[in-house]
Amino acid sequence: MTVKQLSVFLENKPGRLAELTKALRQNGIDMRAMSIADAPDFGIARVIVDDPYEAACVLKDAGYVLSVTPVLAVAIPDEAGSLYEILRVLGENEINLEYTYAFPTAKKGQALMIFRVENNEKAIEALSGLSIVPLCQDAINQL
Amino acid sequence: MGNYFQPEIECASPEQIRAWQDERLMHTVRHVYDNVAYYRNLMKERGVEPGDIKSVDDLYKLPFLTKDDLRDAYPYGLLAVPLRDTVRIQSTSGTTGRRVVAFYTQHDIDLWDDCCARAIVAAGGTKDDVVHVCYGYGLFTGGPGLNGGSHRLGSLTLPMSSGNTDRQIQFMCDLGSTILCCTPSYAAYLAESICERGLQDQIKLKAGIFGAEAWSEEMRRDIENKLNIKAYDIYGLTEISGPGVSFECSEQTGMHINEDHFIAEIIDPVTGKVLPEGEKGELVFTSITKEAFPLLRYRTRDICVLSRKKCSCGRTHVKMTKPMGRSDDMLIVKGVNVFPSQIETVLLNKGYAANYQIIVSRENNSDRLEVQVEMTPEMFSDAVSEIAVREKELVDALKSMLGIYAVVRLVTPKSIARSEGKAVRIIDKRNLYE
Repeated sequence: MTVKQLSVFLENKPGRLAELTKALRQNGIDMRAMSIADAPDFGIARVIVDDPYEAACVLKDAGYVLSVTPVLAVAIPDEAGSLYEILRVLGENEINLEYTYAFPTAKKGQALMIFRVENNEKAIEALSGLSIVPLCQDAINQL
Repeated sequence: MGNYFQPEIECASPEQIRAWQDERLMHTVRHVYDNVAYYRNLMKERGVEPGDIKSVDDLYKLPFLTKDDLRDAYPYGLLAVPLRDTVRIQSTSGTTGRRVVAFYTQHDIDLWDDCCARAIVAAGGTKDDVVHVCYGYGLFTGGPGLNGGSHRLGSLTLPMSSGNTDRQIQFMCDLGSTILCCTPSYAAYLAESICERGLQDQIKLKAGIFGAEAWSEEMRRDIENKLNIKAYDIYGLTEISGPGVSFECSEQTGMHINEDHFIAEIIDPVTGKVLPEGEKGELVFTSITKEAFPLLRYRTRDICVLSRKKCSCGRTHVKMTKPMGRSDDMLIVKGVNVFPSQIETVLLNKGYAANYQIIVSRENNSDRLEVQVEMTPEMFSDAVSEIAVREKELVDALKSMLGIYAVVRLVTPKSIARSEGKAVRIIDKRNLYE
């Protein structure tokens, strides 16, 4: 019920993100979602791809430092208030959210939300109260 | 019998060493006075004549020689024999921007080979070893020096020269190299490459002889662990002959200076006054057996300490510490002396790679010190805050080591140029001397 996100170290320098995406393109890897966390001198590119294992191998070979982080991916209706319900439930269950980011999907009216929480199991259980089931890796590829 | 190439010399009594030095010094002073106008003029300026130098005790009467003298006298001004008697030149790497050419007769090459053979034997080398030399060959003394020493000892010598890491590793595996000779930064790079390829079990190295640039104890441990070898330091300079002026023994606590060929002094770099044993200062060498290019009281710009403490290896020749910095390597940032080796120590202690670059710039008339470090998988985290904490720890550790604030910049792995010769560790953008 989790998807594998790749977190890739990027030096804060022009062209670094372009290089990363080029490496993915050259190997036919499709990105589903992406977000950048930035510090003054470096960034972390967080990407969801169609084939995380292949992508991790490709990027390691290309010399990137990266880690694979299990995160929750939830498809939510692209309408007012839908995120609130999820965050409310997580909050009520004392589940700390480390970061989140959203990405539109090919399906009209639907957004993909990525949640990085400290305890995936606990979060999945809490979300089940809303009848929300986080997507698995295969489902990501269907989007 | 211990590991000695020339035991009767390496373990000679202090009195015997002193007797050799007295006699050879007198002879060399007479030799250069008679044959080199440059020395004659220098000595006349000082009011010194060869007859005034009767023993090592009189050494202080002689003028110093610096790299500037060598540059002024370029190319033939300090040559002490007819050109037809010389067989080789070597030249400095020009790291500090001034090329120096040194000449050798066959006798000079022979004594240099002896010195390097002593170093190889001290590192455990015998005729049965396969000595893999990946110092640069050519004008640089590293390759020819260790090559000569290995030949002299009678070991199988692989004249690999520097570069082409794939080939280095392949030969190492295929031919079973047992002793590696190169710069420490290249050794670290080779070690890293060998580990990356999972070839640790394929190599038969037992020892390494690494010199020609500054390296720390932490770097030594890092190389020793990765390659499962003993790593020995070797010291030398082209002006005095090349590597092998001094070398480390099994004790690994300093390098024995080949005192039958070179007299060492430590001086105060400011006043030029000779300092007593045990005090830190600039190392000065007088070569007393060379024919073509003997140097009297040559200032090395290396800061170190000499020790005559008895060594467990049995050698009686004086020991010098690893240079604690070259005065031309030393940076003055915000008025504080900064040695790259200090920064290296902090990085390795904190778990970072030994590959780093120091960038000094001046902004609004104030110096800025930046240390670029490569990100490693061990130090990486998905959370910015965790990396920031580690970065802060590094900044604090640098501050406590250097006494000044340094900006840390994490850069792409393997983006800092790996050296196959001397590492470019420092980029000084201040143009202070222009």
